[in-house]
Amino acid sequence: MKIDSIHTLEKLKEKSFKKVYLRNPNEAIYDDQKDILVCGGTGCIASDSNQLIKNLNLILKARGYDHKVNIIKTGCFGFCEQGPIVKIQPDNIFYVKVVPKDAKDIIDQHIIGGHQVERLLYKNPTNEERIHKHKDIPFYKKQLRIALRNCGRVNPEDIYEYVAFSGYEALGKALAKSPEEVIDLIKKSGLRGRGGGGFPTGLKWQLTRESEGDIKYIICNADEGDPGAFMDRSILEGDPHSIIEAMIIGGYAIGANHGIIYIRAEYPLAVERLNISIKQARELGLLGENIFNSNFNFEINIKYGAGAFVCGEETALINSVEGRRGEPSNKPPYPAQEGYWSRPTCVNNVETFANIPPIILNGPDWFSSIGTKESKGTKVFALAGKINNIGLVEVPMGTTLREIIYDVGGGIHKGHKFKAVQTGGPSGGVITEKDLDTPIDYEHLAEIGSMMGSGGMIVMDETNCMVNISKFYMEFIMDESCGRCTPCRVGTKRMHEYLQKITNGEATMENLDNLEQLAYMIKDGSLCGLGQTAPNPILSTLKYFSDEYISHIKDKVCPTKECKELSTPKNREVQI
Amino acid sequence: MTKENMIHIHINHIPLEVREDITILEAAHKAGVKIPTLCHLDLHDLKLANKVASCRVCTVELIGKNSLVPACVTKVSEGMVIHTNSIRAIKTRRMAIELLLSNHPNECFTCPKNLECELQSLAKELGVREIKWIGERKKFEKDLSSDAIVKDPNKCIMCRRCETMCNEVQTCGILSAIGRGFKAFVGPAFDIPMAESSCTYCGQCVSVCPTAALTEVNHTDKVWEALADPNKHVVVQTAPAIRVAIGELFGIDPGTIATGKMVTALKRMHFDAVFDTDFGADLTIMEEATEFIHRMEHGGTLPMLTSCCPAWVKFIEHQFPELLDVPSTCRSPHIMFGTIVKTYYAQKYNLDPKNIVVVSVMPCIAKKAEAKRPELTKDYNTDVDIVITTRELGAMIKEAGIDFKSLPDSEFDHPLGETTGASVIFGTTGGVIEAAMRTAYEWITGEELKEVEFTQLRGMEGIREATIKIKDQNVRIGIAHGLGNARIILEKIRDGKSPYDAIEIMACPGGCIGGGGQPFHHGNDVIVKKRQQALYEEDRNKKIRKSHENAEVLKLYKEFLGQPYGEKAHRLLHTHYEKKDRI
Repeated sequence: MKIDSIHTLEKLKEKSFKKVYLRNPNEAIYDDQKDILVCGGTGCIASDSNQLIKNLNLILKARGYDHKVNIIKTGCFGFCEQGPIVKIQPDNIFYVKVVPKDAKDIIDQHIIGGHQVERLLYKNPTNEERIHKHKDIPFYKKQLRIALRNCGRVNPEDIYEYVAFSGYEALGKALAKSPEEVIDLIKKSGLRGRGGGGFPTGLKWQLTRESEGDIKYIICNADEGDPGAFMDRSILEGDPHSIIEAMIIGGYAIGANHGIIYIRAEYPLAVERLNISIKQARELGLLGENIFNSNFNFEINIKYGAGAFVCGEETALINSVEGRRGEPSNKPPYPAQEGYWSRPTCVNNVETFANIPPIILNGPDWFSSIGTKESKGTKVFALAGKINNIGLVEVPMGTTLREIIYDVGGGIHKGHKFKAVQTGGPSGGVITEKDLDTPIDYEHLAEIGSMMGSGGMIVMDETNCMVNISKFYMEFIMDESCGRCTPCRVGTKRMHEYLQKITNGEATMENLDNLEQLAYMIKDGSLCGLGQTAPNPILSTLKYFSDEYISHIKDKVCPTKECKELSTPKNREVQI
Repeated sequence: MTKENMIHIHINHIPLEVREDITILEAAHKAGVKIPTLCHLDLHDLKLANKVASCRVCTVELIGKNSLVPACVTKVSEGMVIHTNSIRAIKTRRMAIELLLSNHPNECFTCPKNLECELQSLAKELGVREIKWIGERKKFEKDLSSDAIVKDPNKCIMCRRCETMCNEVQTCGILSAIGRGFKAFVGPAFDIPMAESSCTYCGQCVSVCPTAALTEVNHTDKVWEALADPNKHVVVQTAPAIRVAIGELFGIDPGTIATGKMVTALKRMHFDAVFDTDFGADLTIMEEATEFIHRMEHGGTLPMLTSCCPAWVKFIEHQFPELLDVPSTCRSPHIMFGTIVKTYYAQKYNLDPKNIVVVSVMPCIAKKAEAKRPELTKDYNTDVDIVITTRELGAMIKEAGIDFKSLPDSEFDHPLGETTGASVIFGTTGGVIEAAMRTAYEWITGEELKEVEFTQLRGMEGIREATIKIKDQNVRIGIAHGLGNARIILEKIRDGKSPYDAIEIMACPGGCIGGGGQPFHHGNDVIVKKRQQALYEEDRNKKIRKSHENAEVLKLYKEFLGQPYGEKAHRLLHTHYEKKDRI
C-alpha cells in the first residue's frame, strides 16, 4: 500500500487507531482489553526489560490472556532512575523498577485479578506514599512533552502506531503548501536549534533555500556527545518516524532531495530503529519518488560517526560525512552556503526536528505561545548527578532551574545540599543557588554565564569538589579536541595539567593566575565552538568557587575531601 | 575590478579601500601592516593554498565579533574595523607560539632547521622570552625508515602544509593527520613507516614544512668520510638546477648563476673530479630521443613519458602500475652518469670501480632513494653511492670554511664535463622535452634546427601542450609538473584519451628548480621562477645547445657504448619498472 494523499493517510490512521485506542487518554474504555507498555529504551533494556517482555508474553499465553492484552515495547519514558518502567493502559498505572520476575504479579494480580501491584508503584520520596497514576507522579507534573510526545507511547518499530497518533499528517500538510510557506511557518513558531547554538531554525532553512545550487542536502545531527546527555538517542529510539517525517518536511522546505542522518555508531538501537523506520516509510511511499503525489522526491541515508564529540560541530560533521577527518573548518562559508560536497546544506539537531511535525500540525501560534519571549517551545534536559530523579525531562522554556531540580528532579540525592548545576555540557558553566530562579532559555542561561547546550544538566551537591569537576570536564575536552588548532590542541592539555597540579596540591597562586589568563586566550583564539568554550568550566567555577581553588593551592586542602592527594594524612603532615 | 566591488575598512585606524574578495591578511599587507603567519601558505603558481587556519598566529581583533578571527582566511567586508596589534591580539598570538613551543623539543642548536625554522623566527619576532605554560611534551619515535625523508612528529606543529601539499598538489595521499587532540600529528595512514608507504619522496612536504618535522636524510657525513679516505676516488656531479639555486644559501640573489663558484667550492673540498650531471642529461637525450624515434617508427607504445624524475617514476609504479610500459626505460641522468663513471671512466683511468665513490648533488630528495633502488645497485657496484641535496652541499661548503661569495670561477673537469644548453634546461619543467625535441628534430629531418628555443614548451602552467612539426609529422607534446597534474595526464592515458606522443613529467612544481632539496623558498615562489629564468640564460650562454653535438658524449659512444639504444647502451643506461603496492 502506498500513501499518495492526505485521504489515504487518514484512512490508514483510522484503521491503525484500533492498535492504539487503549492508549488514547481522551476516551474512556470499558472493555477488558489492556495494553502493557514496557520501556525498550537503552537504559531499561540494560536493566533486562527484554526478558521482562518475554516473561510477560509467556505468562499471558499460559493464562490464556494473550488475545486480550498487547505487550508493546516503547521508547524511553524518561524516568530512567526508576527503570524498567511498565505502564498499563487504559488504567494509566505506572510501575517502576520492574524486574523480569515481576511479570507474574503484573499479569496475575493486575491483569487478571484487577488489583494493582502496590509494591511496584512509584513511592513519593517526600511522603513515602505510593502513586498510582502516571499523571500524578511529580516527575511528570511540570513536564510538557512535545519532542518526547511519542516516547513511551508508541511502538517505535511500527509505522502504523505512529500514523495512528497523527504521524505523517504534518508532512501531508506541508507538501500542500509552498516551501516558502513552510519556512514562514517555522520562522513564526520561533523554533531555535536545540543542539546548543539556538540559531533560528526557520532562518537556517531560509538561508539554505536561498543559497544558489540545484543540489542541496539536509542533515540530521545525531552525534550527541555531551557527557550524560541522551535526549537525541531517546527520541531516535522512541520515535524515529518523527525525525524522518521532519527531515522530509525540511528537505521540501529548503529544496533538498537527499537527507543524511549522522549518528554515532555507539547508538546501535537507535540505528536499528531508524533503519526499520526508513524501510517502512519507503514501503508506504513516504520516502522515495513523488511523495504524497506532490512531485517531491526524497531519500534518507544513514552515516555512522565514530563517536567524536567534535563531530557534533556542523562543519566537522560534514567533513566526517564526506569521509574526511572529523575536524571543523572555518566559518564562513557556512554550511548553508557551502556544506556537504560544497553544496548548500542544512544541519539540524534531532530534537529540533522532533518539534517540526507538531508545529506544522498545531500551528506556529500554538508553539510560540509556549516558552519565553525569545525562546519558544520546550527543551529536553538530561538530569544527572546528585539528583533524585535521574532521567529525561521536557519542560517549557522559562521553567526555572529550581522547578526542574526540586519539582521535576525531586531534589538533591540523599538529602544532601545543592551546590551547583552544570548546564550546556562541558562547554557550559556552573550555576549556583543564587541563580536557581532563573527562567531557562537561551538568553538567561548565557546571562548567568552558562549556556543551553544540548541539554545536559548535571547537579552537584556539597560533597563535590568544584576544582575536581572542572578537571573532569577539562579531561573530557582535552580528549575530544580534534587537534587542529593550537589553543585547543595544546591549551586544553595545559589547562588540564594545571588543574591536576591544583588537585595534587602542587600549584602556586601564580599558576592559578596563568591558568586564568590561558583560559581567556583559548576562548578568544580557538577555531571552533569546542575550543572557544573549552575554558568555560574553569572560568565559571573560578567565578563562583575561587575559594575552593585557593584552599587547594594555599592550604593544600580539598574542602570536600574529593581530591585524594589532599585528603590523606600524609599530605597533612607535609603541611605542618 | 569595478568601483562597486571595492569596500571600505579600517585596519589599525588606517582607512582603506580594498577589493571585496580579499582576506584581512591581504588587505593588511596593502596598508603596510604585517600580520605574522605560520600555517598559512599560498603559493599561487603551485596552486597550493593552505587555508587550515590552525596555528592561530594571525588572529586579529574584529570589532563586533566575540572571539578573534584568523586574518589568513577571513574575507574583508564593508565597514570592518580591524585591530591587528591590540593587546588582546598580541597576547593571543603570543600564546599560540608559546603553546607550540611548550610542546616542541628544546633543541634548536642541533636542529636541522636551525635558523631556517619559521617557528623559531616567529618566536623572535613576537618577542617570546619565556614560556609560561610548560607541561608534557609529545614523545614520538622519529621515523628513520626511508632513505630520503626523516619524519620527526615531535616537531610537528600541525600546520598541515605537508598534508595539503601531499594530498591536494601532489595527490599522493600519504600524509594526513593522525590521532586526536594533544596526541595528533601528521604521518602516513595507520602511522606506518614512511618506507612502507607509497610515498614518492618528492620532498615537497619537506619544502613547505615550517619546522624540522620533515627533513631530508642527512648524508653529508658520508661524503666527508669518503673525501677523507685516501683509498677512495671521489667523483662529484651536480644537477642542472643546483647552479641557479645554491647562491641563495650564501646571500646571493635568487636567479644568479653560480656554476663557476660551485665548481671551485667542490674542488676546494678536494673532490677528485668535479663533473656535471648535464653530461648525463645529454646522454639521456641520446638514448631517449633514439628510443622515442624507435617507438614512433616501430609502432611502440606511445605516448612515451620521460623518466628522469625518480619521484614521478615511483608515483607511476604505485598509482598506475598498469601503465609501466609508457615511461622511457632510460635511467635518470645522474644514474647514467654514475654508471659511466664506474665503467668507462674507471677503465680509462685504470681505477677499481670499488674504490670510486660517486656523489650526486641533487635538488631532489627522491634521488636519495632512487640511488638505493635494487635494480640500480645489483651489480658489483652501485651506480651512485651518495646523494646530497643543494642544501646539504651548502652546509658542507660552510662547514669547510669556504667563503662562497668571493670564490673565483672554475670549469668542470673532463672527460665527463662537457655539457650543452639542452642539458642545462633539464632542471626546469619543459626542459627535458625541449632538449629531446632539439635532437629528435635534427635526427628525423636530417636538417639543422636553426631556432633551438621551443618557447611553446616553456612556462609555469601545471599542464601545457604543444604540437611540434617535424618533417611531415606533428609531434604532440604534453608537459606536466607537480604529481597532481601528472595524475590528470596519466588518467587520460589510462582511459585511452591521451592525444600526446611524448610527455614530460616532473614531480616537483616548477621541475627540479623547485625540488625538495633546494634552498627553502619560505613561501616566496618568485624565487622558483627566477631559477627558471637563470637556467634559460645558462642555455643561451652555451656554445653548443643540442645534446647530440656534445663532443665528449659522442666520443663516449665511439670509444665505449657503441650505438645509442644499442645493446651495450641498453644494458648500462636503461632500466625497468615494477608494480608497487598502493598504501
